[in-house]
Amino acid sequence: MFEWFSHFNYVVVIILMMTGLYTVFASRNLIKKLAGLSVFQTSVFLLYITIGKVNGGQPPILVKDKSYGTDDDGQALLDGVVQVAAGNESYILPGPGSDVLYSNPLPHVLILTAIVVGVATLSIGLALTVRIREVYGTIEEDEIESADFVYNLEGTAD
Amino acid sequence: MSFLDLVPDWLLIHGPAFLMALPLIMAAVTAILPNKRVAWTSTFIVTAILTLTAFAIAIYNAEVGTTIYKMGGWAPPHGISLVIDALSAPLVLLIALMGFITVIYAMPATVAEIKPNKRAPFYAAFLLCIAGLLGMVVSGDAFNVFVFLEVSSISTYVLVAMGAARDRRALSAAYNYLILGSIGATFYVIGVGFLYMETGTLNMADMARILADLDGGSRVAKVAFGFIVIGLGLKLAMFPLHAWLPGAYAYAPTPVTVFLASTATKAALYLLLRFTFFVFDPSYTYVADVLMFVLVGLGVVGMVFASLQAIFQTDVRRMLAFSSVAQVGYMLLGIGIATTASVAAGYLHLLNHAIIKGGLFLALGAMWYRFGITRTEDFQGLGKTMPLTMGAFTVLGLSLIGIPFTAGFVSKLNLVYAAADEGWWWAVGIIMLTSILALIYIGRVLLAAYFQSPPEIKGVVVARNEAPLSMLLPMWGLAIASIIIGIDASAIVDASTRAAELLLGTG
Repeated sequence: MFEWFSHFNYVVVIILMMTGLYTVFASRNLIKKLAGLSVFQTSVFLLYITIGKVNGGQPPILVKDKSYGTDDDGQALLDGVVQVAAGNESYILPGPGSDVLYSNPLPHVLILTAIVVGVATLSIGLALTVRIREVYGTIEEDEIESADFVYNLEGTAD
Repeated sequence: MSFLDLVPDWLLIHGPAFLMALPLIMAAVTAILPNKRVAWTSTFIVTAILTLTAFAIAIYNAEVGTTIYKMGGWAPPHGISLVIDALSAPLVLLIALMGFITVIYAMPATVAEIKPNKRAPFYAAFLLCIAGLLGMVVSGDAFNVFVFLEVSSISTYVLVAMGAARDRRALSAAYNYLILGSIGATFYVIGVGFLYMETGTLNMADMARILADLDGGSRVAKVAFGFIVIGLGLKLAMFPLHAWLPGAYAYAPTPVTVFLASTATKAALYLLLRFTFFVFDPSYTYVADVLMFVLVGLGVVGMVFASLQAIFQTDVRRMLAFSSVAQVGYMLLGIGIATTASVAAGYLHLLNHAIIKGGLFLALGAMWYRFGITRTEDFQGLGKTMPLTMGAFTVLGLSLIGIPFTAGFVSKLNLVYAAADEGWWWAVGIIMLTSILALIYIGRVLLAAYFQSPPEIKGVVVARNEAPLSMLLPMWGLAIASIIIGIDASAIVDASTRAAELLLGTG
């Protein structure tokens, strides 16, 4: 049971991923398929963000000098404080060479890009659905296929 | 090289970035240009410049070897690098050249197929697609590849859907392509995520180095490889994952089909090569197993089944689309055997098939332009009514079958040699068998065209009505290219051998 909680995020990611993928394949409604696709893509965003988390880490930004407490084993999370000249106060600079634990910012940046891509895909998909609705008068795949049945038999448009 | 002297130095240095930046910027400009000739002219100029740049880069690459461009001056592995090497240079040239050829052809074709108010956006989406494909090929950063993959895919969905003005089935074809394409790209990005977990880097060369240090890596790397192969398999229409392809090829506007058939699946195949041999390595047992059982297995099954499906199609565009799936099988077989000779043969077939299938779809587009032909039975008498177009179709069709003195023969022969060297005689047999199947589906069309008389409409025999010059030039250009390759293939064979040696580290 404890093992499960240590991988809690991954369990959520897998459940979301499979739900999304199943929805894409199982539903015959164009909008529902797109909803499934969005859930599937969102699960990947969560996966990436989970990768970026460092246990006990702080956001990778300049912070004021303060103590960070101890981790589960009683070890101090921070050994020392890196001071940078920023006004009169001492700041900690996370980065190579500093002792500050900080979460990895790179996956977040990647996912910002992936979210934009996901939005573009979804909007194109919805626009296509609108056009399909205009032309066929339905967004159910079965009805679209039966409407094209004669077309497909003759192999020509008109 | 005298040609390189004419090229300014900055273009050679910044060429890789220029290849992506120019079409991206010009796509935005083209979208707001007036619809008539202006949008076409701007696209024409852009693709012409891209072709010259790609040519210069390819020659430069042959002289100086691999060049790594540091995007924004940030050194890899932290910065994004653009890599031009023996593997990517020929493909860059292929994509730029096919873009140029398609644009020449697109002038009359778009007038017939795209509504007037959609023509400028059409060319804008086309430029975006070129930018995405070029970016996929030159990028040395695994996540950057995903972004460019999606740039090209999303613009392709739009382009395919524009066929709705001609055939309403284009809409559902584009929708299916969108669903499957997005799943493929998402699988790829999951794979890259797992690779990042394993290696902590996104730079492909750095990943390769770290994976080699880890001796292939843990289970995470295996999962990553699985996701990447499936994701790219969807994009390149590996046999059971090809469901999107026939619809997208058949109902898209004809210029889009030409461009898609000759570049989109090829760029995905390039990525598969890049990942299986460059990032991962066939010396890891799980990669070798996937090559042996998945790529070869599915490739061979795809060759046979897709060829059989092609025989039973009534629509010529769908027939050629299924033939494309079968030809992807040849390339996968070449990759799967995983010797230098076989990978070179697979890469050679990739380049040759782009030329052949692009030309065949060009000829088919010209037939639709003049007579509205899409069915096999409509081909009767085309040898008399469109002799030049049908001539190009015949040359390229024979090349697809693999008749001697054509490009298809050269690559199939190389593949047969590579398979025979490894003692894979059953694979040789299947290559022969599928070539006979290709003879059946192409021959069926050729028989109707040459041995039946033109149909009569209201008592009048259909008169000769040849395609316009801007369609004949590109199609005969490709047909003659396929014959030249068939007679003297040394240049293209050398290029593909260099690519294979780079991948397998035997050069």
